[in-house]
Amino acid sequence: MTGAGVVLLTTFLASSVEAIEMVVIVLGVGATRGWRSTVLGAAAGFAVLAVIIVVLGAALAAVPIGPLRVIVGALLLLFGLQWFRKGIARVAARGLAGVSEQGVEDDDVPAAGIDWVAFVLSFKGVLLEGLEIALIVVSFGLAAGQLGLSVVGAAAAVVVIGATGFALKGFVTRIPRSLLQLIVGTLLTSFGTFWSLEGLGVTWPQSDLDIVALLFAYGLAATTYIVMERRRIHQMTLETA
Amino acid sequence: MKLVISTVVGVARFIYRFVVGDDWTVAMAILLALAATGVLVGNHISAWWLVPFVAIFMTGVSLRRSARQHHTP
Repeated sequence: MTGAGVVLLTTFLASSVEAIEMVVIVLGVGATRGWRSTVLGAAAGFAVLAVIIVVLGAALAAVPIGPLRVIVGALLLLFGLQWFRKGIARVAARGLAGVSEQGVEDDDVPAAGIDWVAFVLSFKGVLLEGLEIALIVVSFGLAAGQLGLSVVGAAAAVVVIGATGFALKGFVTRIPRSLLQLIVGTLLTSFGTFWSLEGLGVTWPQSDLDIVALLFAYGLAATTYIVMERRRIHQMTLETA
Repeated sequence: MKLVISTVVGVARFIYRFVVGDDWTVAMAILLALAATGVLVGNHISAWWLVPFVAIFMTGVSLRRSARQHHTP
């Protein structure tokens, strides 16, 4: 493969990892809280990102990404844990199969106007991941002396992963809401843990692959708590009978 | 003036609900765990496990507390 091909492929793959994280957050938040505010949040994130890129240009490499990761990661972790906990309680109470979730009240999703929770979650996910993609483009493109190709690789990654996410939209919205809330809560908690600790200087042994390990650990904990909650609910039913 | 105050109160309420939610002890424990991780990492001590452990532990504590509150007549 030529040098240009290597630059293109590397920036495409590296940006794909970040784009997957971005799309997972937008998709999960949209399916759980509604698409309008989520898409507006994502669009605002892209707009701010575009302004930052235009204003800073190659100076982007100087952006202190560590503190940004700590702040965004901690906020995602704190909010994700709320959904994680609510999702566990709801799945334990209602189960997974054959449940009509039409009547489930969605806590605080406003009937009209902007849902700021969806907006902020989507905005932060797009802005942080977008900044990381921009950093990959700048650092790799400048080092290889192929900034233009680096931009093409990253843009292709965002388009391909975004299109894949859009294609999965229908499938995701068919998942029962309680389960979806638990899944998105687990995702936000995992990404939040990963980013905040990375920002604090923690070195993850397997880099981005450790997000999968976190997903597994939180998923296992959720399953254990669901089993415990179901036992408690069953025992309470027996006591009242 | 009234509009400014109500906007500030609204924004503060949103931030509180977003960050703290319905169980402030979980948020407090996570912030303390993050701070402790920062200190440990600063002293070259591996501490990647602390926040996930606290998050999982506090979720259990919060679920149990919530169940007890609902059980209490």
